[in-house]
Amino acid sequence: MANDSLLDRSRTVAGPGYNRWLVPPAALAIHLAIGQAYAFSVFNKPLGSLISGDQDHPAPGDWTLSQIGITFSIAIVLLGLSAALFGKWLERVGPRKAMLASSLCFGGGFLIASLGVSMHNIWLVYFGYGFVGGIGLGIGYISPVSTLIKWFPDRKGVATGMAIMGFGGGAMIGSPLASNLMAHFKDSAPQGVAPTFIVMGIIYLLFMQFGVWTIRVPADDWKPEGYVPNEEHSALVTTGNVSADNAIKTPQFWLLWVVLLTNVTAGIGVLETASPLIQDTFSDKYMGAGRGVTAAAAAGFVGLLSLFNLLGRFFWSSASDKIGRKPTYLLYFGLGAVLYALIPTLGHNLQLTLYVIVACLIISMYGGGFATAPAYLSDLFGKYQVGAIHGRLLTAWSTAAILGHLIVSTLSEHSKAQGLTGAAAYQSVFYTMAGVLVVGFLADLAVTAVNEKYYEKGPVTIEAGGH
Amino acid sequence: MSTPTSSSTAATPTPSSGGSAVLAWLFVGIPLLWGVSQTFIKALALFQ
Repeated sequence: MANDSLLDRSRTVAGPGYNRWLVPPAALAIHLAIGQAYAFSVFNKPLGSLISGDQDHPAPGDWTLSQIGITFSIAIVLLGLSAALFGKWLERVGPRKAMLASSLCFGGGFLIASLGVSMHNIWLVYFGYGFVGGIGLGIGYISPVSTLIKWFPDRKGVATGMAIMGFGGGAMIGSPLASNLMAHFKDSAPQGVAPTFIVMGIIYLLFMQFGVWTIRVPADDWKPEGYVPNEEHSALVTTGNVSADNAIKTPQFWLLWVVLLTNVTAGIGVLETASPLIQDTFSDKYMGAGRGVTAAAAAGFVGLLSLFNLLGRFFWSSASDKIGRKPTYLLYFGLGAVLYALIPTLGHNLQLTLYVIVACLIISMYGGGFATAPAYLSDLFGKYQVGAIHGRLLTAWSTAAILGHLIVSTLSEHSKAQGLTGAAAYQSVFYTMAGVLVVGFLADLAVTAVNEKYYEKGPVTIEAGGH
Repeated sequence: MSTPTSSSTAATPTPSSGGSAVLAWLFVGIPLLWGVSQTFIKALALFQ
């Protein structure tokens, strides 16, 4: 079929004169779209009041927050699973076909979920946004990574940082877009949710097509002009290539899995509690009447964290090109552990400005941890199947989403049950997360070069990568 | 370690100017800047 051939990897190989700076925008088109997932909470209240029509007074048949929250959890779990399962397929068929599949799943997921909302059937919402959309997230997240690394062997951190920054930025677009659309459609459907899902599904499907049809892979013998690999830069930068199947047999893969797991788990500790955290810590009770942090100001704090999450993805990942991946993660974990341990003290002393600065720095490193991972994998395992290896690594993200939530909810609820208030209610969370980061520090410290016995023997070809 | 494959022989000339790269960046940059500005406005509430 003509369409099949257009999607083939061979049809996406760039010819002479192609400007490689077209590739990051193609990647961003995918990540800016699927990053919407992190703004799913904007639908919580509207979805929870479809019957009552009053967001503050749900009716008996309305969905609870816990029921609605499962949708996001399913999506994140499917992100990790599909990234792991479809990574080798992606390497074989190339980024265009994978991006198209991602756009169909992600956009289609919205459309199915819209049907679920119209029928008030939460299982259909789970299936649409959570399951189908989650597969779109996973395939979309890894789809441009190996392509970017191949186009930018001289700036791997910059290139992947730009794309993964888009995932952070996606929530910033998705949240106000959804709010505006729901306000627009509120008179035509309960809370305006169902038509909003339809419109967003179509918008994202179309927006992602820009990435699908712009993406190009370099010819296998292509190199940036004047590029000479610096083999003395670090002993951790391999000259060989390791397949995805062999990579998971190496201790280095599992050390990096722990690195990502701990980084994400700790970050969730701040992100998940950000709003109640700052309101409880700096309430009127401690700051004085009328001087406490209001709900609107807390929303501003959450927004500020999102900004630093986005900036950190680009800044730290780019910095890792200069200082090396391992030292960058040691910095995340070493400095991060100190900052996490400092947070409760700043809260007790009511030092709001410093508190906010430290939280922003912590979140910037959380974002950096995501963005630096593909370049670290490429250093250790080569670019042969780095997309597939990255996909398998993302199962750590799914695990951390569950683990981080468990740690935060269990510890903070336990503290509050003991009557602790203000900063004291959260100090066990932060001290525990500091300990989690120490584990990550030790895991990163243990990373060494991959044993050559895992290298592919002889020359490797991209098409062979998927078999 | 990689060698040229059939994929590279199938490559078609796709020359692209700096102008198309600028347009591509605008296509993704404008929505991103809009989202960042919305977030920044919201964040200002923290300092009021």
